Amino acid sequence: MDQLLLNPGFPVLSVLIFLPLAGALLLLFVKDEGMCRNVALLVTGTVAVISIMLLFGFDRSSAKFQFGEHYNWIDSLNINYTLGVDGISILLILMTTFIMPFCVLASWSYIKTRVQAFMICMLIMETAMIGVFAALDFVLFYVLWEAMLIPMYMLIAIWGGPRKIYASVKFFLYTLSGSILLLVGIIWLYTANNYSFYIPDMMWQDYSLNAQVYLFLAFFLAFAIKVPMFPFHTWLPAAHVEAPTAGSVILASILLKMGTYGFLRFALPITPDATIIMMPYVLWLSIAGIIYGGFTALAQSDMKKLIAYSSVGHMGFVTLGIFVLNMDGIEGAILQMVNHGITTGALFLCVGMIYERTHSRELKTASGVGKYMPVFVTFLAFFSLSSFGFPGTNSFVGEFLILAGAFEFDTNFGRFPYLALAAIPGAILAAAYMLRMLQKIVWGGTDNPDQSWISDLNIREIVTLAPFLFFVFWIGLGPQPFIDLMHTSVVQLLDQFQKHQAGALAAVDMILH
Amino acid sequence: MDYKLLIALLIPLIATLGVMFKGDNENMRESISSISSIFLLLIVASMIPAVLKGNTLFFHMFTILPGVTIALRADAMSMIFALVASSLWSIAVFYSMGYMRSLKEHAQTRFNACFALAIFGAIGVAFSDNLFTMYLFYEIVSICTYPLVAHHQDKEGYSGGRKYIIYLTTTAKAFLLPAMILIYVLTGTLDFAPDISTGIFPPDVNKTLVIMLYIFCIFGFAKNGIMPFHHWLPGAMVAPTPVSALLHAVAVVKVGVFCTTRVMLYVFGTDTMHALNLGIPTAYFVGITVLAASIIALSKDNLKARLAYSTVSQLSYIIMGVALLTDPGIQGGLIHIVNHGFAKITLFFCAGAIYVASHKKNISDMGGLGKTMPYTFAAFGIASLSMIGAPPVAGFITKWNLLIGSVEAHQMGILLILIASTMLNAAYFAPITYKAFFGKRPPGEKFEGIKEAPLAMLIPILIACGVSVIIGIFPNFMLQFVKAVTG
Repeated sequence: MDQLLLNPGFPVLSVLIFLPLAGALLLLFVKDEGMCRNVALLVTGTVAVISIMLLFGFDRSSAKFQFGEHYNWIDSLNINYTLGVDGISILLILMTTFIMPFCVLASWSYIKTRVQAFMICMLIMETAMIGVFAALDFVLFYVLWEAMLIPMYMLIAIWGGPRKIYASVKFFLYTLSGSILLLVGIIWLYTANNYSFYIPDMMWQDYSLNAQVYLFLAFFLAFAIKVPMFPFHTWLPAAHVEAPTAGSVILASILLKMGTYGFLRFALPITPDATIIMMPYVLWLSIAGIIYGGFTALAQSDMKKLIAYSSVGHMGFVTLGIFVLNMDGIEGAILQMVNHGITTGALFLCVGMIYERTHSRELKTASGVGKYMPVFVTFLAFFSLSSFGFPGTNSFVGEFLILAGAFEFDTNFGRFPYLALAAIPGAILAAAYMLRMLQKIVWGGTDNPDQSWISDLNIREIVTLAPFLFFVFWIGLGPQPFIDLMHTSVVQLLDQFQKHQAGALAAVDMILH
Repeated sequence: MDYKLLIALLIPLIATLGVMFKGDNENMRESISSISSIFLLLIVASMIPAVLKGNTLFFHMFTILPGVTIALRADAMSMIFALVASSLWSIAVFYSMGYMRSLKEHAQTRFNACFALAIFGAIGVAFSDNLFTMYLFYEIVSICTYPLVAHHQDKEGYSGGRKYIIYLTTTAKAFLLPAMILIYVLTGTLDFAPDISTGIFPPDVNKTLVIMLYIFCIFGFAKNGIMPFHHWLPGAMVAPTPVSALLHAVAVVKVGVFCTTRVMLYVFGTDTMHALNLGIPTAYFVGITVLAASIIALSKDNLKARLAYSTVSQLSYIIMGVALLTDPGIQGGLIHIVNHGFAKITLFFCAGAIYVASHKKNISDMGGLGKTMPYTFAAFGIASLSMIGAPPVAGFITKWNLLIGSVEAHQMGILLILIASTMLNAAYFAPITYKAFFGKRPPGEKFEGIKEAPLAMLIPILIACGVSVIIGIFPNFMLQFVKAVTG
């Protein structure tokens, strides 16, 4: 337990986890639709405010898990309720609590049926998501990981578009099948670790290479589906297209990050040797995802599909950053997770706003709305620029660090930087599909549909988008506070990794040369 | 921390916002543009004494990562470009008022806002203290000139605009982005070196990578119009003429060559370029562009297209001069940023004036037009002399220095290219003026009702043309900046 700094005072993490659940229970007794919206906004807003406590109490110089809480849960199996955050998870928790109130706001007029049930699903989602990032007991983690599936399934299946059943079942089956092997891995680790599910104890244990490879593959399948990495991505466009705006935002901004978070939290520390061996394959799979996502996004005429495929590309950058296994790469990857959450979340909100007006996600119906929605396209322009990594915006910093890491991956060992150069077409494609979408929406062509009846954003919508824009520029121009939060934890992760991967180095040399 | 730099950068940005929010009122909107342009010129001019004393002004804005900052500097080289951009903006603002009003163009608010935003980018590039800041403003120029190129929003406009943005962003992402990141990985910084000789690379760095980076930088700044990435420029001629004039004679293309030469001199440095033998091959390579573009220009009957290819050719002079790596060569190259700027903007202004007055775009229809528009064609003739490089107009200073530079570098081949291109320049420029004054009118054309363009257009033409003559006769004022660069 020396990796956990217990929190004797106010149990912030538990409050963050259980407050939304309490809100969901309360909503069971609220019948009025307007009231449901207000309660949900109030609860998610309060959670966001409370989560700021994490920011002030977090010791940036320590790589230990902080705000720790530890209670016995099921004694006979040694399953505990253990929570804690380190530099890797704190940003993701803060991002989750930040985004949720805006998801509620974005559903204000979008969701017209079963408002009560919708808001209950949203609040349960929030509980599960914060829990996944804070859990330090593997069973607790797994329970919350699976618990997310049900409300998410319902968000798509009840409030989704025309093919909602197909999309939600596909989403459910993909994610579920990935996590079954994860469960097997967890049980193996439980027996290998004196029947303990405590995650920090499982790290850096020098398991045999064989065991590590199997464990890695189990982790990989679960997390690669969640990310989603090419070629495990096919559930994502379907789910995004059919999900309501808030569902898309949650999916893109938070759920996808759980895959990459899993790689950082479990794959690297528990199976370092296997990580080294598998690294080349994962790296080239990431490159494939970056380029495939880019090309496919370029061909879309459906705005949501376009952004969904762009996510495949962006998350490819994140996995690339993680598996180059150096400082710049991993810090860039964590930052890029946050950036993708902000930017892609905001883009989905934007598409939702058009959809509410035109009831279509087709680029063609939306082309030329710029003339009548100047405020909207100003927001959209900045988010699109951010999405393809325009300098001065958040994604640029993330991409810069990831690509710097990819260059170092080769140049530090005197090799020609093939890896980084191979990722560059992804950056070009990102500019191409984003500018194409932006051009179509702002200007269109010579045969735009008549849109003179369309109204620009109202105050609620501006309030929803403005904070996202604020973070686009804050991270873009002054990312240091965000990097400081994660730095110590990443240093420690890499330190430990260096110490424990010795056995696999020879094998890697063989693969690389 | 010199706040003058920040103010200079913010003036065009504030002008943009002002234009956007006061867009409904035509007079208000245009007085914002013109007053800001004059303020910008004054504030840039106020930095001249300090820079000529050998000082460098700095202003630090944001630290993105250690070694990656957004920071401004004003040294002799940035002053060359900043002076050209700011003085030509003020001339162009008045000209475009006349042009846009005469033709009753649509969306003038957007036009003016994007115009100011492009100048914001150009001033940012001029005052960049490091590669990242330069890249940032370079991309800003690319994005915010798209609406200007596609201004007419017809099929031609859209296809020209698409070509424009695809060429510029693709090259920047494909070459510049990896180059910048790899330079950061190899050196730990993106700041420019303090002078032109040392560069920023440590001595033990991998030579293959440096050569690759150099090639990436030359092609990455595709706004410099080096073949084969020059197609965007003729395509961009679908824009209204003030845009072609300011952006495609000054702001956009000069951003390209300024970035290229800035990186050649202050990132790689003359020592590295000598050591890796990068200079002379570059000079010959851009020599191909100089000649090929001139030959294509000969074949164009559309006046703006001919001017566009002339621009492609002349831009490569600048890079060729710097690539010679001799003092006169570098001076001749950099001074051509000024000389070409004033002369080419005059030529484009004239093309616009001819179009407004007579709706003629093709050279073959302009025979005899000089008698009805004498001032316009006189200015055109003088500016084309500058392009050809004849005394006493500014272009002569360039040619003189470039010729000495190529002799000092012992490159007779470059000398021959320069002579051949001078003859080509004469061959495609001289007939235009000659035909206008002495040629026959096309049969059946009476030129009835055609007279000089409005004064709002004619006066800027005469001013720009006059400046070309003045810096041809008194070249020392601008030469002291380029001499300060070579030290």
